[in-house]
Amino acid sequence: MSMQIALRHGFADFTLDVTFDVPAGITVLFGRSGSGKSTVIRAVAGLLHPERARIELEGRVLCDTAAGICLPPHRRRIGTIFQDARLFPHLTVKKNLDFGRRFARRSVSEREVAQMVEMLGIGALLDRRPDGLSGGEQQRVAIGRALLSGAELILADEPLAALDEARKAEILPYFERLRDELSVPMLYVSHSPAEVARLATTVIALERGKVIAQGPATEILSDPDVLPVGAAGAGALILATLKMHHPDGVSELSAGGAPLFLPQVEAVPGAELRLRIAAHEVILSPRRPEGLSALNILSGTIAELREEPGTGVLVVLDTPAGRILSQITRRSATALALREGMPCHAVIKTLSIARENYGGGNPRGV
Amino acid sequence: MADASAWFGAEEWQAIALSLKVAFWASLLSLPFGVFIAYALARWRFPGRQLLNGLVHLPLILPPVVTGYLLLLTFGARAPLGAFLKDFGIVFSFRWTGAALAAAIMGFPLMVRAIRLSIEAVDRKLEEAGSSLGASPLRVFFEVTLPLSWPGILAGAVLAFAKALGEFGATITFVSNIPGETRTLPSAIYAFLQVPGQEGAALRLVAVSVTLAMAALLASELLARRVARKGAAR
Repeated sequence: MSMQIALRHGFADFTLDVTFDVPAGITVLFGRSGSGKSTVIRAVAGLLHPERARIELEGRVLCDTAAGICLPPHRRRIGTIFQDARLFPHLTVKKNLDFGRRFARRSVSEREVAQMVEMLGIGALLDRRPDGLSGGEQQRVAIGRALLSGAELILADEPLAALDEARKAEILPYFERLRDELSVPMLYVSHSPAEVARLATTVIALERGKVIAQGPATEILSDPDVLPVGAAGAGALILATLKMHHPDGVSELSAGGAPLFLPQVEAVPGAELRLRIAAHEVILSPRRPEGLSALNILSGTIAELREEPGTGVLVVLDTPAGRILSQITRRSATALALREGMPCHAVIKTLSIARENYGGGNPRGV
Repeated sequence: MADASAWFGAEEWQAIALSLKVAFWASLLSLPFGVFIAYALARWRFPGRQLLNGLVHLPLILPPVVTGYLLLLTFGARAPLGAFLKDFGIVFSFRWTGAALAAAIMGFPLMVRAIRLSIEAVDRKLEEAGSSLGASPLRVFFEVTLPLSWPGILAGAVLAFAKALGEFGATITFVSNIPGETRTLPSAIYAFLQVPGQEGAALRLVAVSVTLAMAALLASELLARRVARKGAAR
């Protein structure tokens, strides 16, 4: 385990009380605004003194209120990527990248810098000042600056929240590459289900200061308790492998042995892909449906029927591909006589798997 | 007093050179203190902060003669602090160093105000980013806060310099009006006006004062513009 966090801090209307570990990969701290995410980040970074805490990084105690230890931010070896890039306006891009290196305990070589510059595609910007860069370019430089500071953990505090959709799409692949290529663990704060689905190795779900679920992304994101239900948020995350591209522009994937079809995926066969399937895009049928235009049908058994506020019912279906969620009306649930343990078929409309929800497990193939 | 006009010229030059020397050292040596106090007032919350703020601003409102008399009571030859500093070879009373001290104290509020405003304008989030990258608070100060508040620090120093050129009341009370030692431009003008028939010399020094003040203001303006252009060009 890279980092262990136990933290308690009181606010006027609720108390933050969390305990969790941050393993390798990207751990997404997920929750609505006001759930306490920012407090956790600020406490880990050392910008806030919590009432009670014990935070350990790679066996090093960063904060132990019981022992009266609380390291200042600059001695924690934690690099932070802020929502606003926070580049130093008086320094060039190159000098921004070099800022943290001078204070790093382990030496960060010029070669490492060159590789990072190459990976982030910021080679042409090195001599420029931050105020002349676009929002996406600034954020890429900020990512490089944090990673080149020799940090043992990277904090990413909603790094995409301030960007528009096009810029988000521009930055997301870089985080995927960091997850797959770097050994430094990352604690990533987000309230966007799409970002979690695409990036998370591990998910810590927060609600009103408490951890309501934690574990591998594929498990947690299919838990209807975690994702905001009712809105378009509820959905399942499944992992699939790209099998082949058919000549008609359809790509065939395999999820736990079940075939899935998507319009032309830009990846090479063998690539691991993450698919998020929104609950309101899944139709249920007790009998195997035939003669439908939809290509994707997953068969399984109903694990749970969950009453929703209003007229809805959320059906949790266990399939070979993983847990699928389906949002239907109470009227349909009654008409189909759905009950737990019953075999059922989920029809997923091909085009309902949104483009921006593709996530490459193997970015080299993209 | 055989050749009166030559004697006046020398006296005028002496006053001008002395004023520049006093103003230069006053603004240069008070600058680190000014930056420190401005930073403390802008960034730290501590008991007595309002008191410190008041103390810094006091010379701005107090009659200059009161400030000069207080300096005499503190740093005079017979005052405890003055006697103590004398053991280290630092003497203020009736020396040009005393004139510089008086000028520094009188210009200090202007300097601190300008620097404090520019430090307050530095985004604290950038300072947080600096410490997250491993820079100690001192490093953050020198590599983030200071470079970003540079125009204000410059403006503060130039204001203090201009104020020091014109300081009269506290200086004459503290270190008197000794030709060649403490007779700065305003003191010299005052002295010339006390003697009938020397209005010409007084007027020449008045012209010099006006020119120096204008030059200081223009210099600060040009420097500030250069800083702004440097920031925008890259």
